[in-house]
Amino acid sequence: MDTREKDIEKLKDYKYGFTTDIENIKAPKGLNENVIKFISNIKKEPQWMLDFRLKAYERLKLLKEPNWQKPKYPKIEYQDLYYYSAPKSMKDKPKSLDELDPKLLETYKKLGIPLQEQARLNGIAVDAVFDSVSVATTFKGELTKHGIIFCSMSEAIQKHPELVKKYLGTVIPITDHFFATLNSAVFTDGSFVYIPEGVKCPMELSTYFRINASETGQFERTLIIADKGSYVSYLEGCTAPMRDENQLHAANVELIALDNAEIKYSTVQNWYPGDENGKGGIYNFVTKRGLCKGKNSKISWTQVETGSAITWKYPSCILKGDNSIGEFYSIAITNNYQKADTGTKMIHLGKNTKSKIISKGISAGNSDMTYRGLVDINSKAKNSSNYTQCDSLLMGNKCGAHTVPYIKNKNFESNIAHEATTSKISEEQLHYCQQRGLNSEEAVGLIVNGFCKEVLQQLPMEFAVEAQKLVGISLEGSVG
Amino acid sequence: MIDQLKIDFEKILKKSDFSKNDINFKRDQLNKFIENGFPNRKLENWKFLDIDQIIKKNIGELSFYNDYSVTNKIDTSILINGLEHNKIIFINGRIEKIDFAYEDKSSIEIFDDVEVENKINNENSLLYLNSALSNKYYKILIKKNYILKKPLIIYHFTSDKMKSKNINLRLDFKLEQNSSLRLIDFFNDTSDKNFLNILYNFDLDEDSSLKNYKIDKSLNKNLKYSFNNIEQKKNSISETFIFSAGSNYFKNEINCNLKGQYSSAFVNGIFSLKDSQKHEIRTTINHLVKNTKSYQLIKSVLGKNSKAAYQGRIYVDSQAQKTDGYQLSKAILLDETSEFNAKPELEIYADDVKCSHGSASGSLNENSIFYIMSRGLNYQQSKELLINGFILDVVEKITDSEIKNLIKNMIGLKE
Repeated sequence: MDTREKDIEKLKDYKYGFTTDIENIKAPKGLNENVIKFISNIKKEPQWMLDFRLKAYERLKLLKEPNWQKPKYPKIEYQDLYYYSAPKSMKDKPKSLDELDPKLLETYKKLGIPLQEQARLNGIAVDAVFDSVSVATTFKGELTKHGIIFCSMSEAIQKHPELVKKYLGTVIPITDHFFATLNSAVFTDGSFVYIPEGVKCPMELSTYFRINASETGQFERTLIIADKGSYVSYLEGCTAPMRDENQLHAANVELIALDNAEIKYSTVQNWYPGDENGKGGIYNFVTKRGLCKGKNSKISWTQVETGSAITWKYPSCILKGDNSIGEFYSIAITNNYQKADTGTKMIHLGKNTKSKIISKGISAGNSDMTYRGLVDINSKAKNSSNYTQCDSLLMGNKCGAHTVPYIKNKNFESNIAHEATTSKISEEQLHYCQQRGLNSEEAVGLIVNGFCKEVLQQLPMEFAVEAQKLVGISLEGSVG
Repeated sequence: MIDQLKIDFEKILKKSDFSKNDINFKRDQLNKFIENGFPNRKLENWKFLDIDQIIKKNIGELSFYNDYSVTNKIDTSILINGLEHNKIIFINGRIEKIDFAYEDKSSIEIFDDVEVENKINNENSLLYLNSALSNKYYKILIKKNYILKKPLIIYHFTSDKMKSKNINLRLDFKLEQNSSLRLIDFFNDTSDKNFLNILYNFDLDEDSSLKNYKIDKSLNKNLKYSFNNIEQKKNSISETFIFSAGSNYFKNEINCNLKGQYSSAFVNGIFSLKDSQKHEIRTTINHLVKNTKSYQLIKSVLGKNSKAAYQGRIYVDSQAQKTDGYQLSKAILLDETSEFNAKPELEIYADDVKCSHGSASGSLNENSIFYIMSRGLNYQQSKELLINGFILDVVEKITDSEIKNLIKNMIGLKE
């Protein structure tokens, strides 16, 4: 075995599949008012927050789980889940990184994000969420200097209640669909970002999510507010240990961009996808929605989806402000028995609004991939335009690739263009690469990376490298 | 509605002479319809235009009774001149005439005593309604190696004595090996506020060819639903052309199963709508074996308050390698109140395929209008010229030159 092959051998297994032995505090199993009160209580939340949760829970009782999506899954027993799980040592919150449980720190090191090092070297501020609570936020000092608030959701509820109260639930109301409402009722932690007027955030903000405990669902809630004329780039990464049972991850992400503000949100999602026989893995049912509230605002979603047994999410933009822009760049890769139903919604409400959708789907093995998107141009959205391109690549005839776009144009001064193709890697392309000395794996890697280039370019530098590797790893063993 | 439906159903049975089996089948279909009701927007297929609502709004209470024992007079003035053709005349829910005057009688067989059955695997309550309430249905068989000399025109007439009625028609065609049929559906209504429900089933054997042209041009206030089920064997070709412009509501559904290698399906359509018209085309092309091909082109010109929807679905089975599938829909919105919805869908389980779709919608390009105006035409003329060119593109796809010219004349297109 040469070194390359050994590398592959190592990578073939899910690199992040380790568990960490830490004592956990869990809420009692199941979903009921008491559990919600327990969560709220343990986080010392004010009454209005508890009311918000209980209202959502009341609403949840009336809702049914949606079932129109392509990937079907066995019924989730919501009463068998733990809705709160936190490392015990977090009970008395550490003041600084040095006080953190060394085991926790080690976990993050294994994940490739040693917090202390990051704080010193990388210049990326990281907020790490472990199971249900936010563990540490680096780079606080530098950020506070600019007036930027970057902290865990729980902290924001304590320290900046006026902001949370004003914006939480404005983009994803508690009356939304089943999973979003479930999240509103039981969300445990997440990140909160506020960029004040006129500030360009000097560094990339980043969150790392990890599900560690078994039988837990992770319900994080992220809220990003970019005030007038500000800019922020936000990264999100996810991993989970290897387990036989399926775990639920139902997060809500809300973005709000005011006048002239820009938010760039990048995700590299690499939750545990299950083994090669489709056992285990994360159900990733996430609601992500951005509101371009002000004039000339811009929200850009970039996602690289390689993990999860089932991915089901549609990061959306509501283009309310005039001249606002929404973008969506996505790479979704499914292998083995993974299933993905992902895409975006662009809802044009304001005048001169523009949106762009670039989606690349790659399916291999026995997997199934669906692009589902909506472009809706309202009758008042004069001079708006949308461009959509979704390409799919298939490897083998056991997998599926589907495209389901919904296109609604109610304004005669607006233009919509949509293109989609489905193909496979041609023999000619492979032959050409192999002729120049690449083996078939490398050739496929090269071609796939070329296929994804338009999206990879949108990622911040550090992530782009990781994503490129991830693309290669995810498709390992699917060729030849 | 349901009580009325049951009463009307018993009335129809009393007046007609269906066999016992037929009656049982019809009862079963009626119960299935009652169970489901008219489809509404909760069903994915009816998301854009909700027929339940549209019927309530346009017609109100529907009457399902149709006296099949009374013959209707044929008004010959509305027959198409200048083209020799065979005809089937369908008036107010009754087939009054089947006339293959130009053909070799021994090569065409018409059955009117076949037992109804529902071969079409489709959970669609309108098909249940059709089977339950339609009159005797005919099956037309084109025998091996026979190519019809002249096209067959099916005239769909409704006279003004029909009001708030549900009218159903069902026809089956079987094209044996190497046969060929050109079929024109011509709609002409002097009634309004009726709901027509038409179901065709085509069986295409090896090497056969079917060309179906549906022309709904004259303005009327009727609502129409048409479902074509096409089963294709090896080397067969089906071509469907839809000109959708006359009725208040018209939904055309094409369901095509490509079950033999080298079979191909073409669907071309034009929406030309104004004044609160709501039309839809929905296609499902199932590529089930290797080396099959499909091509779809839909163009819309949408005036005031009109709404068009196109739902195109290409399904490629994991066996169907080397599939070639293509869909394109384009729309011009002429007024701020017009609306275009599209859902071009690909569902693909095989890797060695070439499938793509495109969709575009927007207004007429002012630069193009300026270009034409600078050559001496006025604004209105320039607009018309551009729209004509836009539509002509679809008409040119018609492979039969005789019919192409007929259609061009009908819709007033000049080259």
